[in-house]
Amino acid sequence: MGNTARNFEVAGPAPVSESAESQSVWDRIASSKEFQDLMATKKVFIVPAFIFFVVYYFALPVLVGYAPQFMATKVIGQVNLAYLFALSQFFVAWLIAGLYVKAANDFDRLAKDILDKNGKGGK
Amino acid sequence: MNISLVMFLVFIAITLGITYWASRRSAGSAAYFAASRQIKGWQNGIAVAGDYMSAASFLGIAGIIAFQGYDGFLFSVGWLVAYLTVLLVIAEPLRNAGKYTMADVLAYRLKPRPVRAMASLSTLTVSTFYMIAQMVGAGALVKLLLGSMVTYNQAVIAVGILMIVYVVFGGMLATTWVQIVKAILLMAGTILLSFLVMAHFHFSFGEFFGAISQVTYHDAKGQQVVKDFLQPGLRYKPPYGPLDLISLGMALIFGTAGLPHILVRFYTVPDAKTARHSVVWAMVLIGSFYIMTTFLGFGAATIVGPDFIKGHGGTNMSAPLLAQALAGNIFFAFISAIAFATILAVVAGLTISATTSFSHDFWTNVIHNGVERRPGEEVLVARISAFVVGAVAIAIAIVLGPTANVAFLVALAFAVAASANLPVIVLSIFWRRFNTAGAVTGLGVGLLASIGLILVSPSLMAIDPPTVVGTARHLIQAKAWFPLENPGILSIPLGFIGAFIGTLISHEPTSQHKFNELLVRSNTGLGAEKATAD
Repeated sequence: MGNTARNFEVAGPAPVSESAESQSVWDRIASSKEFQDLMATKKVFIVPAFIFFVVYYFALPVLVGYAPQFMATKVIGQVNLAYLFALSQFFVAWLIAGLYVKAANDFDRLAKDILDKNGKGGK
Repeated sequence: MNISLVMFLVFIAITLGITYWASRRSAGSAAYFAASRQIKGWQNGIAVAGDYMSAASFLGIAGIIAFQGYDGFLFSVGWLVAYLTVLLVIAEPLRNAGKYTMADVLAYRLKPRPVRAMASLSTLTVSTFYMIAQMVGAGALVKLLLGSMVTYNQAVIAVGILMIVYVVFGGMLATTWVQIVKAILLMAGTILLSFLVMAHFHFSFGEFFGAISQVTYHDAKGQQVVKDFLQPGLRYKPPYGPLDLISLGMALIFGTAGLPHILVRFYTVPDAKTARHSVVWAMVLIGSFYIMTTFLGFGAATIVGPDFIKGHGGTNMSAPLLAQALAGNIFFAFISAIAFATILAVVAGLTISATTSFSHDFWTNVIHNGVERRPGEEVLVARISAFVVGAVAIAIAIVLGPTANVAFLVALAFAVAASANLPVIVLSIFWRRFNTAGAVTGLGVGLLASIGLILVSPSLMAIDPPTVVGTARHLIQAKAWFPLENPGILSIPLGFIGAFIGTLISHEPTSQHKFNELLVRSNTGLGAEKATAD
């Protein structure tokens, strides 16, 4: 690539961030309706999804640790509740990942509008 | 000639070929540190999985399940679910706002020199500890697999030299492809092994789980016992077992998203959307792999049996011995070669993340204020530091020796990642008020709390019987002050509290002014680093 020198600023967006004028560009985007929409759309998905998976995950060590006899209840043949709940974690994780990718298509669309409006930015 | 050795050599030849190919591609910082940001989503996903599925997972978890049943499988769950934190919170903002390291994101709106110095210290701590654990494991493993042909020291030196060669000559591009080859081999071996386990039980889950419910072995007193290995509680016993389990979960869920060698992978792809897709690819592979530890671990417990494994190399040999029992010596050699490939690839990944942080964060940005004095200096410094890191890791692994008690180093790496790295990354992306003092105290408190608590935990403090000698003995011969092996439950909150207090006692208007810039950039990719042409 050859132009190594330009890779050495810490962060290299098009507007030089020190100047007050360029700061106001970022501030203007941050307070624009499009950007507020993007953040709101993200929050609606990410916050509940994060809380759900953390609660669902920690239910496993809590139940296994403090109610081992209950979790040892056999459900199908020799297979107990503890194993099935652990196994379900994998599928729940994949499901949340799948839903996130689907939701993220909306994020990308909203972000693209902002990028288009602001001349793509960057180099 | 030993079949295992032949397979080792074949893998080494392939990876050296990759390194030669990578070294002939054009140079430059973005090429060396981030493979020109041209790695495809699926490729990076496989490489992330490769970086993550270390010998600790392949051999370690199979072994823990073979000896302690269900409680070992709990490790497997946490290792996958942890990627949701990476996917939902970290991967995309990191790719959008950074360049080569996690410190780039912190330095975006904070004072670069102090935060980079601290972040670099934390990165080097995590990478070095993790690497020493892998190197000691590698030496012991190669010794077990190749028997009398190679000594422990020779094995450690060979692994160290190979890793130096990959990183010094091939950079991120070679490291990525070594990961991809290794991850594919690991998946193939695991699928084959799982298939053979089910074939052994005539493809009947009823028969398989029936066998798991009555594993027969001899306990420490020599009494024959029959245990249901699906029953929880064989490893994590009261009073502190359940808390330790929760603490381990916290270290995994919040630590994975702070592991430097995983984070650097997201800079190798063209944009945030590709970073997202690579996490999903990684989750598919990692999840499938960890579900199959059911077959590896319980298969070893039922088909080989804990008694036999104990007499033939111990817990870490569970998976290779299972392969031998099911399909003879050639399959044993194949699985052993995969274990070797796994260790080599992981140490290469750790080395490149450590050297990137040293050269980009510490050398260029802390010492030289972000100015490269001569073209190519940053890459040169990285190559030299890869050499030094490799030499130091070889020396420490040889001094410690094959019996050293090093398993706690992996727990420590996760604890530091979760308690020091994650809080400051998250707060710098999401909290407007966050500032340099907060980042420095957060990183410092997280680092000290993790190391301090592990020092006084049962991993390092215990009273050994006189028969235990040398480096296998616990460092401090006294009753542990902190009862848990995993410090996360205490050190993670401490890391966050440190970051909050540091922030609140100081004022830094510039960091608040630049918050909007970071917010817009990390959420939209406006101004993000682009892929470079070769």
